[in-house]
Amino acid sequence: MTVSEQRAPGRGLVVPETGELALPTYAKPGPGNHPPLDYPGYKSTALRHPKQPLVLLPHRLTEVTGPLLGDSLITMQDADLTTQHAGEPQGQRIIVFGQVRDSGGRPVPDTLIEIWQTNAAGRYRHSREHHPAPLDPNFDGIGRAITDAGGRYRFVTIQPGSYPWGNHYNAWRPAHIHFSLFGRAFTQRLVTQMYFQGDPLLAYDPIYQSVPDEKARERMVGQFSLEDTQPEWALAYKFDIVLRGREASVFEEAHA
Amino acid sequence: MSELLTPSQTVGPYFAMRLPWADGPFVVPEGAPGAITIIGRLYDGAGNVIPDGLIETWQADPDGRFAHPDDPRGPVPGGYKAFRGFGRAQTELDGSFKIVTLKPGPLPFGDGQVEAPHIDVSVFARGMLDRSVTRIYFPDEAELNEADPVLRAVPAQRRSTLIAAAVADGLLRFDVRMQGDQETVFFDL
Ligand SMILES: [Fe+3]
Repeated sequence: MTVSEQRAPGRGLVVPETGELALPTYAKPGPGNHPPLDYPGYKSTALRHPKQPLVLLPHRLTEVTGPLLGDSLITMQDADLTTQHAGEPQGQRIIVFGQVRDSGGRPVPDTLIEIWQTNAAGRYRHSREHHPAPLDPNFDGIGRAITDAGGRYRFVTIQPGSYPWGNHYNAWRPAHIHFSLFGRAFTQRLVTQMYFQGDPLLAYDPIYQSVPDEKARERMVGQFSLEDTQPEWALAYKFDIVLRGREASVFEEAHA
Repeated sequence: MSELLTPSQTVGPYFAMRLPWADGPFVVPEGAPGAITIIGRLYDGAGNVIPDGLIETWQADPDGRFAHPDDPRGPVPGGYKAFRGFGRAQTELDGSFKIVTLKPGPLPFGDGQVEAPHIDVSVFARGMLDRSVTRIYFPDEAELNEADPVLRAVPAQRRSTLIAAAVADGLLRFDVRMQGDQETVFFDL
């Protein structure tokens, strides 16, 4: 196939011979990479998963595009959860940082990351939360950041606590930070949770264990980094996030 | 593919601390020329409403175009300034949600085919380990819906679950049912 390039600056491609759009396709997750929607160990999935077979959705314009939410949404304070109030929150100060990239290893720049978590005592600031642990007047547990040109992000926050939940007798969630990411396309949207290296509760948590592939599961665990730990100030955890990558488009194949 | 993906996890019960935005449901400001409102409810497999869900929408503008580098055409110059394309609404205690937007235009699909106007939808909630993806189509587009390559791949008797119902001028209803006789069609993206 021979096609000549017709490209507006910074835009995708139109194949001139046919007028067709040369759109990327996003790689499917490998087997065991994502949790099943029906997972008996997590009871609430029973009535909340589709039972009919899913219908294949080809990746066309609506799927290969997505919201590019600019940094107008963000202030510096959004990425530092320890300076959102007059006083400092209780707990162990931590730095959570990493790179967002796609499965082809390409950094994902300028993408919005939203996070939420408990305070040091394992308590969320939410009206429907009844765990009898103290709220912290200096900690809301919410943050946002935009990745830089290299796909990197950095939050300063407090080590979250564990909290009990009603899934089964003596059920406790391992400490975690909820992460929400957009990527550059509808196909890349991801909501996940970051866990902490060495947490004994990981072995008992059905939400963590719902991911079949052990290696994939370990991708959700932030790794302690002494190198990035700041002396006299804060521990550092590295959490890289990998979104679905683009497979070669027809055009790229033709010129490979 | 070289690297494993970061797995999906549930949004859990407390996403409302962070994810809802004051203007989330407004893909265009309320009262924008041509604005339509889509209301609906999210139901679980027992027919109960899901009061802690999150609905997100993504769609083309009324010309069927996207302000995004991977739409080689881009928006028509001077097009729809206040249009964000993206909507986000948390479900209320009665399971209801609302999105205010502009009706998207038809889109080129490839091979000379045309996609009917549609909105891609992600559904998130506690008890969902990954999002469920569906689409909203429009009831006044019978001809384009008939020819739509995605709808055609859906078993005929289930297609109606993807087509919003006209309630009044500028008001549509689109309920999402996770299970049951009228289970919404969900897609493998
Ligand atoms: Fe949580």
